[in-house]
Amino acid sequence: MTDRAAPELRDGAGLDGRRNLSRRSAMLGIGGGVLLSMVALPGIAGDEDTAAAIKQLYGNREPTAGRLSLQLPALAESGNSVPLTLTVDSPMTATDRVLRASVFANRNPRPLIATVLFGPKYGTPTFGTNIRLSGTQDVIAVAEMSDHSLWSAQVRVLVTVGACDALQLRY
Amino acid sequence: MPNSRIKVPESAAAGESIEIRAMIMHPMENGFNFDSQGTTIPVHIITDFVCTYDGAEIVRVQLQPGLSANPYFSFYLTATRSGAVDFKWTDQDGTVTTNSAQLQVT
Repeated sequence: MTDRAAPELRDGAGLDGRRNLSRRSAMLGIGGGVLLSMVALPGIAGDEDTAAAIKQLYGNREPTAGRLSLQLPALAESGNSVPLTLTVDSPMTATDRVLRASVFANRNPRPLIATVLFGPKYGTPTFGTNIRLSGTQDVIAVAEMSDHSLWSAQVRVLVTVGACDALQLRY
Repeated sequence: MPNSRIKVPESAAAGESIEIRAMIMHPMENGFNFDSQGTTIPVHIITDFVCTYDGAEIVRVQLQPGLSANPYFSFYLTATRSGAVDFKWTDQDGTVTTNSAQLQVT
């Protein structure tokens, strides 16, 4: 009862208007924020989607950072083709080699970019390709060794023009 | 059948790790592009790439729309004996593109 009475005591004639205004502007701010996020969000994956994509391919195990490196430009002018080189620290012998590796982009509409399966006669454990990036984001690589241990690497890439939105803006 | 380009060294020493490069001309439509009428172009990609040498798969790539148009791969194989290095790309509509090169191992 005292809790309910307390606000009534604070409601002065002058204070009421000011409080209503601040509440309204707060609501406007929240509404605007919701609208903005609704405009910006479609087609952009989150960290949960990336984690789900990793889980779908590699199961519930948590990858350890290390034993593989990603070479990407720090700044990419166009997200349509970003050169990527994946290097795994592995002796590539019959018993100790890399089995497979995947590349993910955590803000692409589809986080998974490609999965590479390495055969027993693979040479130097380096693989290069060109990827698409929808904007500035982290590129994550996950590799599984022949002892089924999981390793990961993460690189931040600044993208000036993304691969997905450039054409949509034109029409 | 799309045009493909491969680069395999003509000769290599036994046990040497050699770089192989392969590329196929393909738009790799990611489903986010529009044609001149403003309608969405559906996803059209190469889904699978395999390189085979000396009776074994060297590398297999499972492609997603996140790869660039004209997907390019650079990878390494250990030269063991003279023979063909075969490349195979599979489109999502089932079209298979193959290419092959001879590797001389000394």
